[in-house]
Amino acid sequence: MSEMTTNHAIAAQIPGEDVPRGERRSYWANVRERLGHDPVTLFFMGVIGAAVGAALLAPWVAPHDPYATSMLARLRPVGTEGHLLGTDELGRDMLSRLIWGARTSLLMGILPVLVALVIGGFLGVIAGFMGGAVNMVVMRIMDVFYAFPSVLLAVAISGTLGGGMGSGLLALTLVFIPSLCRVAETAASQIRGLDFVDAARASGAPVYSIIVTHVVGNVLPPVLIYASSLISVSILLAAGLSFLGLGVSPPTADWGQMLSSLRQGIYMQPLVCALPGLAILIVSLSFNLVSDGLRQAMDIKS
Amino acid sequence: MTLDTVTGSAPVQATRTDLLDVQNLRVDFTSRAGRTQVVRDVSFTLAPGEVLCILGESGSGKSVTLRALMRLLPQGRSEITGQVSFQGEDVLAMPRRALNGLRGARISMIFQEPMTALDPVFTIGDQIAETVIRHTGVSRDKAMARALELLELVRIPSPERRLRAYPHELSGGLRQRAMIAVSLSCYPQLLLADEPTTALDATVQIQVLILLKQLQQDLGMGTIFVTHDLGVAAQIADKIAVMYAGRIVEYGSAEEVLLNPSHPYARGMLASTVSGQARDRDISAIPGSPPDLRALPPGCAFAPRCAFATDLCRRTEPGLTPRGTFGHVLCHHAQDLASPALVGATVTAT
Repeated sequence: MSEMTTNHAIAAQIPGEDVPRGERRSYWANVRERLGHDPVTLFFMGVIGAAVGAALLAPWVAPHDPYATSMLARLRPVGTEGHLLGTDELGRDMLSRLIWGARTSLLMGILPVLVALVIGGFLGVIAGFMGGAVNMVVMRIMDVFYAFPSVLLAVAISGTLGGGMGSGLLALTLVFIPSLCRVAETAASQIRGLDFVDAARASGAPVYSIIVTHVVGNVLPPVLIYASSLISVSILLAAGLSFLGLGVSPPTADWGQMLSSLRQGIYMQPLVCALPGLAILIVSLSFNLVSDGLRQAMDIKS
Repeated sequence: MTLDTVTGSAPVQATRTDLLDVQNLRVDFTSRAGRTQVVRDVSFTLAPGEVLCILGESGSGKSVTLRALMRLLPQGRSEITGQVSFQGEDVLAMPRRALNGLRGARISMIFQEPMTALDPVFTIGDQIAETVIRHTGVSRDKAMARALELLELVRIPSPERRLRAYPHELSGGLRQRAMIAVSLSCYPQLLLADEPTTALDATVQIQVLILLKQLQQDLGMGTIFVTHDLGVAAQIADKIAVMYAGRIVEYGSAEEVLLNPSHPYARGMLASTVSGQARDRDISAIPGSPPDLRALPPGCAFAPRCAFATDLCRRTEPGLTPRGTFGHVLCHHAQDLASPALVGATVTAT
């Protein structure tokens, strides 16, 4: 720890001097170095890593079959022998179900945001950089989506499509496109007026290469940071959809769906029934805190 | 009316090897509210290795003229007419691809604000290499080696380290040097400098100015230098064009314009400089403020502020009156005012 602080102090005194000569220091290397000095973000990155690892390795990590019911061992408390986190209303092992549930919950949290990041980011950069009529058309279409509260929109879309995982993913993607598009548009339109874009034009850069290097390079950090904060929203919305019966259908393990079906047992085993909610809380909180840490690490001017 | 008809058999016509020949350049800004003439009847020539200073106050059309030469003004909101020929090629009629080949390679530009003219998310080296790779197609390593050479050329201390620095890690003066390095990356024949020293501290200004002058001489670049600083113009200019309300009101060699200005505006400008006079004497100023380009007076744009204005000035716009070997003055009374006796009178009149 003390070594770290002295490194810090030297770095603060002579900016750029802490890097050995001859080594090319890229933007991402810089970000990584700064994250190394942020233990809170690193810890929560570890939490996310553990959740993702458990989800990926579910068949090997989970102690029991998440679908094996047992009429005799229903709603066992936390700490029961053989069932570390108890059992649910059908006697299924909670720990196994939580691990398998991480698969769907994380997928529903990350995939819609990624797809929306690509689509919304692309539309936003085009709208912001081109300006004028293009901007008008794209942003007004986004405003139509904005007019609905996001939960209502997600429920409406996935309800119309008939529920299920696919429609849930599509609904969440559509919900996130407008806001990501707006962030990208704001950043891109600010850059459009700056001298370095003119300077790039004055040095003979064609429009597409200005967009690919200068505009995307400047738009990416804020959009990535915003997107990482949306992952927790997406996990919560997905859980909400499952809770309402619009997401993943019953036997499949999913945190939101588990929370919904465990409602009946809340007076008998309150702690067990709260577990899926706790999982949602921890994972979404981790994503939020990591996104906050990333924001600081990626701000090149600080 | 072109410059050639005015100047007659002046030597300008003989030098057909002009680097840049601008004739009747006109820039209009169009918006929903209407059309504004920002630059009108701008004509000048520039030989290789020559320095032209465009002088004028804010909003007189200096920067717009410069950007128009490279067609950097936003399309759809501006209209450029007239003729700009660079090494015999018509820049205004050039297709986009050819224009991109020209920009940065044979003509390049230095911007006023070093804070915003460099991209904050790329290192200085990357930004120089980008232009080098685009125009010469060399490998990244070669381009970086070139970038290092350029940083040495503009005398940036410890260039190896600065190559990997981001713009925010450099001071204003170093950033402007880096900007100059970017613009020199392909050794252009024409350098357009848009108030490159205005945003800098006075001491750094001199350093950058001396550097620019030296590089200009070493590399033999034709240079157009936009400034509102008379001292800068006096130091580096071969030719001076004074702009007022979008027109060149006086154009000639630096000596002629600075030592014997004919146009009342140019005179007023020179009279308002500090040059060793007694400390208790007020500096004379030109009364009034520049006109709104959307509502120019019917006659001479300077008439409302001019001490010599007559009815003729307020009624009709003056044409170009030749002066010196190649220059011109935009004033009805250029001939009468040319007498040295009136130069002193200006100071007391204004």
